[in-house]
Amino acid sequence: MQLIECPYCGPREEAEYHYGGQAHVAYPADTAALSDVEWAAFLFFRDNPKGPFAERWLHSSGCRRWFNAVRDTATHQMLAVYRLDQPKPVIS
Amino acid sequence: MSATFRLPKGGRVDHNATMSFTFNGEVYEGLRGDTLASALLANGVHQVTTSIKLGRPRGIMSAGAEDPNALVQVETPFPEPMLTATTVELSDGLVARGLPGQGKLADRPDPSRYDAVHTHCDLLIVGAGPAGLAAALTAARSGARVVLVDEQPEAGGSLLGISDEIDGAPALQWVAEAVAELGSLPDVTVLQRTTAFGYYDDGFVLALEKRTDHLGLDAPAHLSRQRIWRIRSRHVIVATGAHERPLVFPGNDKPGIMLAGSARTYLHRFGVVAGREVVVFTTDDSAYAAAIDLADAGATVRAVIDARQEVPAHWTAACADRGIEVRKGHVVTGTSGTSHVSRAHVAPYVGGALGTRDGIACDLLLVCGGWNPAVHLFSQARGKLRYDAGLGAFVPGAAIPAASVAGAATGEFTLRGALSGGAAVSVQALADLGLPATSPESLPGTPAAPVGCPTMVLWSVPEADPGAPCTRFVDLQRDATVSDILRATGAGLRSVEHVKRYTTIGTAHDQGKTSGVIASGIIAEALGADVAELGTTTFRPPYTPVGFAALAGRDRGTLHDPVRVTAIHDWHVLHGAEFEDVGQWKRPWYYPQDAEDIEQAVLRECAAVRDSVGMMDGSTLGKIDVRGADAGELLDRLYTNLMSSLKIGSARYGVMCGVDGMVIDDGTVIRVSDEHFLLTTTTGNAAKILDWMEEWVQTEWPELRVHLTSVTEQWATIPLVGPRSRDVLAAVAPDLDVSKEAFPFMSWRDATVAGIPARVARISFSGELAYEVNVSAWDGQAVWEALWAAGEPYGITAYGTETMHVLRAEKGYPIIGQETDATVTPQDLGMDWIISKKKLDFIGKRSFNRPENHRADRKQLVGLVPVDPTVLLPEGGQVVECSELPPPPVPMLGHVTSSYRSAALGRTFALAVVRSGRERIGQTLYVPIEDELVPVTVTDSVLFDKEGSRRDG
Repeated sequence: MQLIECPYCGPREEAEYHYGGQAHVAYPADTAALSDVEWAAFLFFRDNPKGPFAERWLHSSGCRRWFNAVRDTATHQMLAVYRLDQPKPVIS
Repeated sequence: MSATFRLPKGGRVDHNATMSFTFNGEVYEGLRGDTLASALLANGVHQVTTSIKLGRPRGIMSAGAEDPNALVQVETPFPEPMLTATTVELSDGLVARGLPGQGKLADRPDPSRYDAVHTHCDLLIVGAGPAGLAAALTAARSGARVVLVDEQPEAGGSLLGISDEIDGAPALQWVAEAVAELGSLPDVTVLQRTTAFGYYDDGFVLALEKRTDHLGLDAPAHLSRQRIWRIRSRHVIVATGAHERPLVFPGNDKPGIMLAGSARTYLHRFGVVAGREVVVFTTDDSAYAAAIDLADAGATVRAVIDARQEVPAHWTAACADRGIEVRKGHVVTGTSGTSHVSRAHVAPYVGGALGTRDGIACDLLLVCGGWNPAVHLFSQARGKLRYDAGLGAFVPGAAIPAASVAGAATGEFTLRGALSGGAAVSVQALADLGLPATSPESLPGTPAAPVGCPTMVLWSVPEADPGAPCTRFVDLQRDATVSDILRATGAGLRSVEHVKRYTTIGTAHDQGKTSGVIASGIIAEALGADVAELGTTTFRPPYTPVGFAALAGRDRGTLHDPVRVTAIHDWHVLHGAEFEDVGQWKRPWYYPQDAEDIEQAVLRECAAVRDSVGMMDGSTLGKIDVRGADAGELLDRLYTNLMSSLKIGSARYGVMCGVDGMVIDDGTVIRVSDEHFLLTTTTGNAAKILDWMEEWVQTEWPELRVHLTSVTEQWATIPLVGPRSRDVLAAVAPDLDVSKEAFPFMSWRDATVAGIPARVARISFSGELAYEVNVSAWDGQAVWEALWAAGEPYGITAYGTETMHVLRAEKGYPIIGQETDATVTPQDLGMDWIISKKKLDFIGKRSFNRPENHRADRKQLVGLVPVDPTVLLPEGGQVVECSELPPPPVPMLGHVTSSYRSAALGRTFALAVVRSGRERIGQTLYVPIEDELVPVTVTDSVLFDKEGSRRDG
């Protein structure tokens, strides 16, 4: 049972959270202007790196707020957590 | 039967507290403080059971959790399978029997309670042996929050089974003082009979505390029998000791063959001399102490057979003093005896070759092949192991964060090393945590360890008689031998993990505690590989078996999952409702009268609603309050239709789609004020839709000034439905103008209903004239009863979810999640009218233009009426085009989503999603039911009152 640091509540057990997939994938401003290929890329395609990955997390059984985290997908280690209004941290 | 192998005094047992127990049908006596194994040995009973595959007699091999043999089933106090006699504490009246491999669960519910406790600490120390106690004392004295768990009934660890001294007094005196000191400190928790069985992420350790098992039939019912401790520790010290490694030789599995250290434990802890004539077979110095102690206790030790050419002078001198023969460079090559060992066959062993053998009579053959550090928890925490060629064992490798290992678990087997190591890792851990750490001024005094000889690593003794069936057992519980391993490597297997699965070695109840390392050694020898390269199999939780009852804890029966009931639930119960589970909700399903079955009840309820008036409890509908200046804007972005144009006092039906354009929910929206909307969701989707809306508000549109609140439980909702519903409402709401002109369809009014403030909406899920009466949940039952009384002149009928489903299906209204399955668009449902053409964008809009969503052969919602009006199609039934089934695969057009008997139609009908369904209206298709193909006619999805003439009453 991993501990995940909620930027608002502090460290809580992973079972309190829901995973929300890749972070920093904005809903397109003008969807009508997108080709089918571009729209499909937004709709279906996400990165799947081995290593640091910026993800969205929801503290669903806690403060119910969304935040972002950089997680190493190979080790599950949370390298950083940050609020949605904060920039993605640089992970060396 | 008197316990003839018990010493008159000594050990940690109470010689005055005799207890009676039954094993394999025989009644015996034991003492308080015994395990079942020690009590059996005291009575001269070695054989516990027979082995699972070969039926060979098997006995007690160890004194702890590592035992591969002594499997028992307890019958009294309560049936429990797959326990080891070495870990079952004796209680008066205990009834147990040996198990040949498989147990039997109780045929009645377990009356015991189980629970769980969460705790947090700075330092968790696993094991209260010398290393663990030294670590705990060091940490506790510095003021740290300490939890110390230990699997035995009392602290001491290995000190319970030996005769060493600390500070010139028996070691257990030091243990008692240490425990007393720990007990006096407020932030220290010491848990005995508690096994840490799993070490997970971030210092999370699960432990099982056996709280009343040792009390047997006297266990108080109000105490939980077992407790799971969920311990979150900033640092974990693993001081779990070591397991003695057996030796592998022909006939090494017989009762009476025991680990040498375990025989010593039986002597010192239980006052039991496990045999009268003893042979010791060893490759390690530690077994000599067992020979000496047993001889001093009165046993005849015939010989110490030491495979090494170099034997320790100190110990051979001690043996000589007692007339014990030491045969160096010898091995045991076989044993005699069937149900009990009677003779050890001994031969010289030089350069891998066996010399001429002779036999030594014995009733106890002690074996010692060295010691394996108990690295299980360290390995579970992803610590890497390192092979120590000197020990012939795997020891903890590179350190891992927030964990350390001390004592025998590191391969440090001296008492002095355990005490100093425990203190040292504790000081370091405290420093790492930023806590004040004081190194002990001096360590307790321990006698100097005698100069010893290195352990000889001997994975197996060669077969003296190569033609004989292999009886060199590696995993005794799985009956797996050296030749099984050689068969695996001969078949080309090269990995220990593969050999494990091929031979099943290490997969039994004991998880290979005595066999795993030996198997690695034998595989390495067979392959000519290095054990260090080969490694060992992965250690996984649990360290020892844990009952599901303990893991379930209090989460059983009614506490397993929350049950949600509405404010009107008691009325439904009183009126004989049958309930349906919808998520966690209990919803009235139907209200059978007299001897009605569901079919009769639902036909009656449906007819009552369409002919006069009915009412149902719709309180479980999800309700979300949406407030803020941008509330309308948010709803415009989430629903397919326009919501911001909704007028105060009006209601609108809406559909939500995912970004992929698939329908995720539907419901109604009312506008309460300029900046206040209230929407409903499908009962089972309430939480999901709130999450969905929150996600968009928080992650994509934080600029929107809007707040979302779940108000599902705050409102009781009562649909009042049918042509006479207006009369009933008028009777209880005299101030409300209920005429169709003043109170039109899809509008709502605040009103006083039965003297209670209510919000009434003209919303219909049946096609009938209907009013949805919403009141505070507190007033739900009062208003329900008032409507019930007012409806009496009209024969008002309470109806449940089944009738609701039939009525809505007759009108072709889909249920999201029943007609839809995340591959259905609004257009597939025939709801093009719900999609706004005015809005520039909303969630799902762009996906409607994907070519996939324009295919002519998409599955579309249609009605199906069986040609035979009495045939009820099965929901989920496949729809096919052909009247005779071709060989599979049969092309399938879709499936039946809903199927009912209709009172209004006087026949059965169904809804289905069918490829190009709307083009097929009028066609005959088929639904296979068992071996028959049932012909059905495709119809429009609306089967009743297509023109909507009943809506206004």
